[in-house]
Amino acid sequence: MAGVLIGVVLCAAAILAPWLTPHDPNRQDLSAIRQPPVWMDGAWDHPLGTDSLGRDLLSRLLWSARVAVTVALGATLCTAVIGTPVGLASGYFRGRLDTFLMRVVDVWMSIPAVLLAIALMAVLGVGLLKVILAIVLVDWTRFARVIRGEVLALREREFVEASRAIGLGPFRIMAEELLPNLVPLLIVLASLEMAIAVGVEALLSFVGLGVEAAVPSWGSMIAEGRGYLLVGWWGMTLPMLALVVTVVGFNLLGEGLRERLDPRLRTEAAR
Amino acid sequence: MSLRYLVGRVGLALLSLWGVTVLAFVVLRVIPGDPALLMAPVGASQADIAEIRTQFGLSGPIWLQYVAWLWGTARGRFGKSLWLQQDAIRVILERLPATLELALTALVLAVAGGILLGVLSILWRRTWFESATLGAGTLGISIPNFIWGLLFIVLFGALLRWLPISGRIAPDFEMAPLSGFLLIDTLLRRDPGAFGSVLAHLILPAVALALPLLAVVFRAVRSDLLTAVHEEYVVMERMKGVGELRIIFWRALKNALIPATTLVGVQFGFLIGGTVLIEAIFSWPGIGQLTLAAFQYRDFPLIQGIVVVYAVTVILTNFLVDLAYAFLNPRVRYA
Repeated sequence: MAGVLIGVVLCAAAILAPWLTPHDPNRQDLSAIRQPPVWMDGAWDHPLGTDSLGRDLLSRLLWSARVAVTVALGATLCTAVIGTPVGLASGYFRGRLDTFLMRVVDVWMSIPAVLLAIALMAVLGVGLLKVILAIVLVDWTRFARVIRGEVLALREREFVEASRAIGLGPFRIMAEELLPNLVPLLIVLASLEMAIAVGVEALLSFVGLGVEAAVPSWGSMIAEGRGYLLVGWWGMTLPMLALVVTVVGFNLLGEGLRERLDPRLRTEAAR
Repeated sequence: MSLRYLVGRVGLALLSLWGVTVLAFVVLRVIPGDPALLMAPVGASQADIAEIRTQFGLSGPIWLQYVAWLWGTARGRFGKSLWLQQDAIRVILERLPATLELALTALVLAVAGGILLGVLSILWRRTWFESATLGAGTLGISIPNFIWGLLFIVLFGALLRWLPISGRIAPDFEMAPLSGFLLIDTLLRRDPGAFGSVLAHLILPAVALALPLLAVVFRAVRSDLLTAVHEEYVVMERMKGVGELRIIFWRALKNALIPATTLVGVQFGFLIGGTVLIEAIFSWPGIGQLTLAAFQYRDFPLIQGIVVVYAVTVILTNFLVDLAYAFLNPRVRYA
């Protein structure tokens, strides 16, 4: 599976960045600005060239992978931790609680996600943890909705009825009977969420509302590269390529997992 | 469609609207520090700050502030934009047609393109075309639309120079707006040159905005058609000797469109949110382009106005889509 391979390479790049990179990602060298990559007569000292401040692009790309992996894992874990209980409670108890929670989700979703993320970052200020917080606040609704739908179907099954008959409380049923059955769906949702998280982080950093300026990120690299696009196309194209490969990788991972883990979902590829 | 369904749906739309006003109100109040201080220009005196406080209703008990704000919002009064020194709602309404024109064009492209690709991929299944559309679908769904926008700018704007990459119309066409929708305005004026210019400016941003939704529609239509082609009624048609093309277009597609309708409703929020970045990238003079600047200048009246107008657009679209869905699908009962 191509998705697994991309995921492994990305994690390796993120973990090994300090040892793999030839230069400090923030070291400026004004005597070597906008150097082309090696295949365009660049020097091996900067294999992928340099940006308009003479910073090594390969080093910056690899260090950016750290931001991407941190955001992907952190945001996905937190959205799952918030969205899953909401979906479980909503789907299992139904009634007024369900109506209330789903109305909250509806209202939440009527503000466009991008706008909400930008507004939150403008309020919170830049920073890695704040980016994660903003993504979680925007996206917990996705988990809640999908999990609720699944729980609505699961709660009518015989094994749940049997647990109720032998007197298990609602919380034990949710934790011990329903949750294990949600694991395949959760794994699929999580890998798709990682793709979304990486995309949103890039978007926020692109508009200058993501991670701190000193931390390299694909989004801010794209914005910087856009500034000197006509003199050096690689400055914008390379981080864009890294971002595209990453989000496509996570999506392929999610789609592949969906087919393996849950054949029923195969025809519902659009969700 | 029962009256009860309609009443319930109107209620939900109003509830969403109210929820959004609460959110938009709270955002301003949860900012660490005093919003009046944040809005005040550098070097403002105490008197200036006190004036800002009264002007934006930032004094008195919080519930009273909210009631006053809600009353103002209901009449579209967000106050004067700090940055543009004009009435915020007027600035927004002037620019709204540009955003709607872009978003609606993208919506039409996404739905038409998604359905067409879905039908073709089923019609030519088990050929290279199907694999190609599946791969393209993954790309379309994964890649955020601002990345598509940047790619198009590089490819069609900078390298090939086929299409314009900024603005809505070439500067040599001067005209006073009629409806604000330039495609309609140029048609009304029977000015084919201007119409062509508008269309050329519209293509790249609209396609960039449409691609993720197009991929979603494509997948939904495709997966529904995939189940439909094995349904008994389709097999029956085939036995009667009806051609495959006719079966898919006239029989199967009809059923596949119903679930696709709700999908479009849910996804429209993402599409319209995408205009914030697409408009910034393509210098499109709509409210999306205004958004980033409004945040930069901490222009709270403008920000609140933009958030409310965006949310109203999404809520209204969802409402209309739900009505269309209930109309198309007689099984809908309000649960």
